[in-house]
Amino acid sequence: MAEHRDIHINVPVLTRVEGEGALELDIVGGEIERLNLRIFEPPRLFEKFVEGYERNQVIDMVARICGICPVAYQMSAVQAFERLSGFTPDPWVQRMRRVMYCGEWLQSHALHVHLLAAPDFLGFESAIAMAADYPDAVRRGLQLQTLGNDLIAMFGGRSVHPVGIRLGGFYRAPDGSAVEMMLQRLQAALPEAEALIGWTAGLSFPDDDQSFISVALSDPDEYAIGQGRLISGQGLDIDICYFDSHFKEIQSPHSTALHCELEERAYLTGPLARLNLNFHQLPPEVRRLMEGCGISFPSHNMFHSIVARAIELYFAIFEAIRLLQDYQTPAQPYREVEAVEGNAFGCTEAPRGILWHRYDVDDAGIVRYARIVPPTSQNQGRIEEDIALSLQKFGLDQTDEKLRLRAEQVIRNYDPCISCATHFLKLNVNRG
Amino acid sequence: MATDKPKLAVHKFSSCDGCQLALLNLGEPLLALPGLVDIVHFAEAGPNSPNQAVDISLVEGSVSTPEDIQRIQQVRQNSKLLVSIGACATSGGLQALGNFANRHEWMTSVYSDPEKIEVLNSSDPISKHVKVDLQIQGCPVNSTQVIGALRDLLSGVAPRPEVHSVCMECKRKGLICTMVTQGEPCMGPVTLAGCGALCPAAGRGCYGCYGPAEQLNDRSISDRFEQLGLDAQAVLRRFRFIANSAAGFKAASEGLRGDTDG
Ligand code: SF4
Ligand code: SF4
Ligand code: SF4
Repeated sequence: MAEHRDIHINVPVLTRVEGEGALELDIVGGEIERLNLRIFEPPRLFEKFVEGYERNQVIDMVARICGICPVAYQMSAVQAFERLSGFTPDPWVQRMRRVMYCGEWLQSHALHVHLLAAPDFLGFESAIAMAADYPDAVRRGLQLQTLGNDLIAMFGGRSVHPVGIRLGGFYRAPDGSAVEMMLQRLQAALPEAEALIGWTAGLSFPDDDQSFISVALSDPDEYAIGQGRLISGQGLDIDICYFDSHFKEIQSPHSTALHCELEERAYLTGPLARLNLNFHQLPPEVRRLMEGCGISFPSHNMFHSIVARAIELYFAIFEAIRLLQDYQTPAQPYREVEAVEGNAFGCTEAPRGILWHRYDVDDAGIVRYARIVPPTSQNQGRIEEDIALSLQKFGLDQTDEKLRLRAEQVIRNYDPCISCATHFLKLNVNRG
Repeated sequence: MATDKPKLAVHKFSSCDGCQLALLNLGEPLLALPGLVDIVHFAEAGPNSPNQAVDISLVEGSVSTPEDIQRIQQVRQNSKLLVSIGACATSGGLQALGNFANRHEWMTSVYSDPEKIEVLNSSDPISKHVKVDLQIQGCPVNSTQVIGALRDLLSGVAPRPEVHSVCMECKRKGLICTMVTQGEPCMGPVTLAGCGALCPAAGRGCYGCYGPAEQLNDRSISDRFEQLGLDAQAVLRRFRFIANSAAGFKAASEGLRGDTDG
């Protein structure tokens, strides 16, 4: 006898359309017959908005796509414009942009690990509810999140839509005294971040290995954040300007989000993909912590992505300390970047994965066309594939409530966006 | 859990989530919030009862689908006080740029199959569809503003709306005017205070993300910008930016174009 299940969830997912979504699941005769992650938040059509605006304005506009990772949007955009002009930022600018980006990884990962994911693993409705039983863990998370936000604000005045990044560098360089105080706080946070790795690794994980393709940026000199070539575990190794020859965005019939595929296959981007591909570039101190944490990487268990985030969180602090040591205020925080006509490509590692931009710019530096591929639309295919495999393994005969919770947790492993927070899955079951 | 604490809901419409971060980015003080209010709906933080009656609803985001209209009406019915937070909720946000253009053409250029997607022809502020008790401008609003307003409302005090421009914040902070000293075009004279003059403090001109100040003299600022070397298009782009559909900025940009968006 056929069994029909309709599972509706609210998964506000950040994609080009950003927003709310639902999971549709039909189980017929004990098999998953249909599984769609539907995204139906209205498109905000950002790519059209930026047409006709100046490059520096576009840097401030694209930040508004996501309040959780505005720095990533600004960095992909500024990289695109500078690359097009053949402009290489001064070493000071390169280092400080990396530090600012570390701030975003730090706040975003701390937010995800503590406020969004941990309550799943420990069975709470929210982090606020969890705080009663795990006060220290929640407090640590909030402190780390604040530290990341303050690190962003040191360069940009505020952490949401910071105002510091411009073509050629920064509008203003932080004062030495601010950097000095920040360094002390970062140093003090390292043991906390180390404890966090152990804490996440000690959670209990379902045994759920799956085979999937990881995609990340790769930089010969360091663990890639703000630049690099696109690589996969399967031999892809291309300049970011060839993205379109390998990746394809498609509008799936059940969604307002555009899906993205690599050579017609779903793939993973984000912390676990980065760690899988680039772990050998972590500084020895960080790598030692990774190897000693009890979870072995590379890993193909998506539930380990919370540990990957904790490791990257530690790395972000470690890296910021390294780059801020011996800080000196530069003579000039930026140089002018000449307007050049052409197609600009930028790609950086947002907290949730690769964020690819293309802008067509005219000779006056006005953007005429834009295309933005955010991490979540890239992960969407993989999320669907994962839910199907995970639920099958979990057992489709489980109660509806358990299926719902498991599906939610699987989705949250990808940290699609903060809006996908907790308990978004509404379940209506029609058993035939 | 029965409680006689005031009930709070946080709702999201079309937005970037940045304004609700004014709460989620509070850091440790976030843990004190449940002592003050009973948070019954805040999907991003966990609590999820969108249809419960509450004392205060904070609303982020703009209204842009038929379904949004129904939802905001529902929120209004359930709320004693409704506070719209941020540029999206108070003026339609950056995405209201679409109001000046042909949205259908835009949809067609992004989606192969735009008919599948149901949207309104505009991105609207919350106040276009329901009565709003308090508006807090800003993209994003900050924690001080939101917590301040909550405290006032909870203690029955009418929050005092900001009336000054960013210039006033510059003066309070003793900042050197970037427009005067560096010839940096600055929207500060026509932009509502609230951010703490972040951009002038960072050595750049304000780009108006807090939306229009109460009284704005857009003529004189436009003339000033032209003297600083901006052409008419560049001046237009400065008004038609983050808070493009807020009344003052919209009127200014239409005045500059000499059109009425027909
Ligand atoms: S007003 Fe700005 S920060 Fe707030 S939700 Fe809208 S885009 Fe985001
Ligand atoms: S810098 Fe801008 S906001 Fe500050 S005083 Fe000058 S014009 Fe006003
Ligand atoms: S753009 Fe203006 S209102 Fe916005 S942060 Fe900068 S100074 Fe403040």
